[in-house]
Amino acid sequence: MKNSINKLLFFISLLSSVSLIAQEGSNTVPAVNVQKLDGSAFSTGDLENDGSPIIINFWATWCSPCKRELNNIAEMYEEWQDETGVKIVAISIDDARNMAKVAPYVNGKAWEYEVYIDPNGDFKRALGVNNVPHTFLVDSKGSIVWQHNSYSEGDEYELFELVQKLANGESIED
Amino acid sequence: MNLKTFSLILLSICGLTQVFAQNFEQKMSQGQIRGNFQFDMQYYREDSIIGAQQPNEQVLSNGFLNLVYTNGNFTTGFRYESYQNALLGFPEGYRGNGITYRFATYQKEKLTVTAGNFYEQFGNGLSFRAYEERGLGYDNAMDGIRIKYELMDGVTLTGITGKQRLFFDFGEGIVRGFDASVSLNSLVPKLKENKTKIIFGGSAVSKYQPDQDSRYILPENVSTVAGRVNVNRGKVNINAEYAFKSNDPSSDNGFIYRSGEAMFLQTSYSQKGFGLVLAAKRNDNMSFRSDRNEAQQNLLINFLPALTKQHTYNLLATLYPYATQLNGEIAFQADLIYKFKKGSLLGGKRGMDIQMNYSTANNIDTTSLNDENTLRQGYSSDFFKIGEVYFKDFNFQINKKFSKKVKGRFTYANLVYNQEIIEGKPGVPNVYANIGIADVTYKFTTRKSLRTETQILFTDQDQGDWATLLLEYSYSPHWFIAIMDQYNYGNKDSEKQVHYYNVSAGYNNKGNRISMSYGRQRAGIFCVGGVCRVVPASNGLYLSVTSSF
Repeated sequence: MKNSINKLLFFISLLSSVSLIAQEGSNTVPAVNVQKLDGSAFSTGDLENDGSPIIINFWATWCSPCKRELNNIAEMYEEWQDETGVKIVAISIDDARNMAKVAPYVNGKAWEYEVYIDPNGDFKRALGVNNVPHTFLVDSKGSIVWQHNSYSEGDEYELFELVQKLANGESIED
Repeated sequence: MNLKTFSLILLSICGLTQVFAQNFEQKMSQGQIRGNFQFDMQYYREDSIIGAQQPNEQVLSNGFLNLVYTNGNFTTGFRYESYQNALLGFPEGYRGNGITYRFATYQKEKLTVTAGNFYEQFGNGLSFRAYEERGLGYDNAMDGIRIKYELMDGVTLTGITGKQRLFFDFGEGIVRGFDASVSLNSLVPKLKENKTKIIFGGSAVSKYQPDQDSRYILPENVSTVAGRVNVNRGKVNINAEYAFKSNDPSSDNGFIYRSGEAMFLQTSYSQKGFGLVLAAKRNDNMSFRSDRNEAQQNLLINFLPALTKQHTYNLLATLYPYATQLNGEIAFQADLIYKFKKGSLLGGKRGMDIQMNYSTANNIDTTSLNDENTLRQGYSSDFFKIGEVYFKDFNFQINKKFSKKVKGRFTYANLVYNQEIIEGKPGVPNVYANIGIADVTYKFTTRKSLRTETQILFTDQDQGDWATLLLEYSYSPHWFIAIMDQYNYGNKDSEKQVHYYNVSAGYNNKGNRISMSYGRQRAGIFCVGGVCRVVPASNGLYLSVTSSF
């Protein structure tokens, strides 16, 4: 019984992946409940930025490269926003051990990002994120058009070039 | 059946299938597929100097693929895992291949139903948390049914039932649970605009496992109840949870009939440029598993977070890390972050920030009752008294940008580590260690940079002094190369004064990443998200491929 269900599911997934290749499917941000910094619930389906691009960045207080990335961007965020209207949504995957440190860290570092917490990895799983840092770029129509895993010093310049293209209405290939 | 009838039946089936498939395909293509893939492989070499052994297989590998399909309110997915055989240090229960995770979820108005595998957490997890840390081989996913219902604005009810994953099998016990979460500000219209946000919740979780023990009469049903509250007002946040567990004799507690309890409190204050966290917890006999005879990280129903800083530099993070002691622990933590403004005396032209953290974990106070042959309550405990030290950590960090090209992060830490309890090594003394780390990045251009880590650890106990040097050159956005040497120069046994050298390189492109490394890996404790795994010393070639789509 277990085996046949497995096979059925495998078949459905295989079929749908084939059909997805055949026709381009939608690619919007899945709606999953995460937490606001005040503890209340927020559905990621409600993420929006008035038609300007959105950067979704998965990070954690225990992840050094994640913090390097977001701290480096923080220095340029105002310019990025002025030029392109981009908004950064930082999703912390910290669990109960470190969750209480998220708001103090974000405020302590004076980040101006929109920050949510995904303590049990529900949003992370829905977007197929394996390791942090992981960055997604969402275009003006709300479609995810680009993603990147890991961070090296300087990666923010590539990211901003892509954001500029999106803001100018140019397409970027995934 | 003659050939003609058979052909007809076959033809009609084909036709039907085609029609069905077309509709199906059309419907399916409105959805989207996401997922990820990871493959890690290591070739092991014998290296007697560091005690690294070559397994019979010579090459070991772990791999998995996650696929999630979403179409409107419907989601389904699965994970295929493969261990040929599992990498050294991974739990040995992972052997072979199979689909270990599959589920279907749909949402109809305010009701969400999941059948199959799911991950879930009630509150902070003191009563229930099913979660995964793939990198560590930790996965206690439920297999069963979950129902979520939004009763009214701000009130969410969750019910779960099922069995927990244990490698390629399930635990014997059945886990059932219920949780209610109430956001007062959403529920009461008058409070909607109130600046004080209050959310409270409660949960009850029970497990059933038959009693087949010949020595004791064991409770077949054990339950935990928990209550929690989160209060937020602007800069201040308070999060508290309390859990109580009925008597649950297990191999963890030596089959005593004492009840368990856990208390968890975190408070924070923050404003622009300043953040402070004060936290406390106490857990007493609170290990809760769906099989009373299991050990290590297997079949844990609840989650007792450690209240210590999660370090990332390797000498700090992998030599002496701390993980919660399930049987009993009292812990405190204070964490502070402060940013000096640009242009201030200490901030200088480019600003500077400091972080300070102090944490301590001790045993609870226990007085043995010597009632092994009577009530078997085990011990009594004074709630406010503190027992022997398990772990202490004082550390501070300075982040400073010196120029456009140079920035640094400097860390000092002082640790006390009860090796006897944390690592279960009888008779060894506590480790007292001082650690200093300089992490300096030099940018040649916007995309080319060199990061160096110089780490030093001084201790008179255990393996003595260590030093680490890391050089990491990255060429954004695709390439990196790194060399590292860890040197146990202070080992009292001069034969063990060994260099652990390692070279690694990697390539990133969008959601794909390939990396390779060659060299020695020190035996240590590898932790992610508060769960740790002991990794043996090894020597060899390591390849890792990850991809998200």
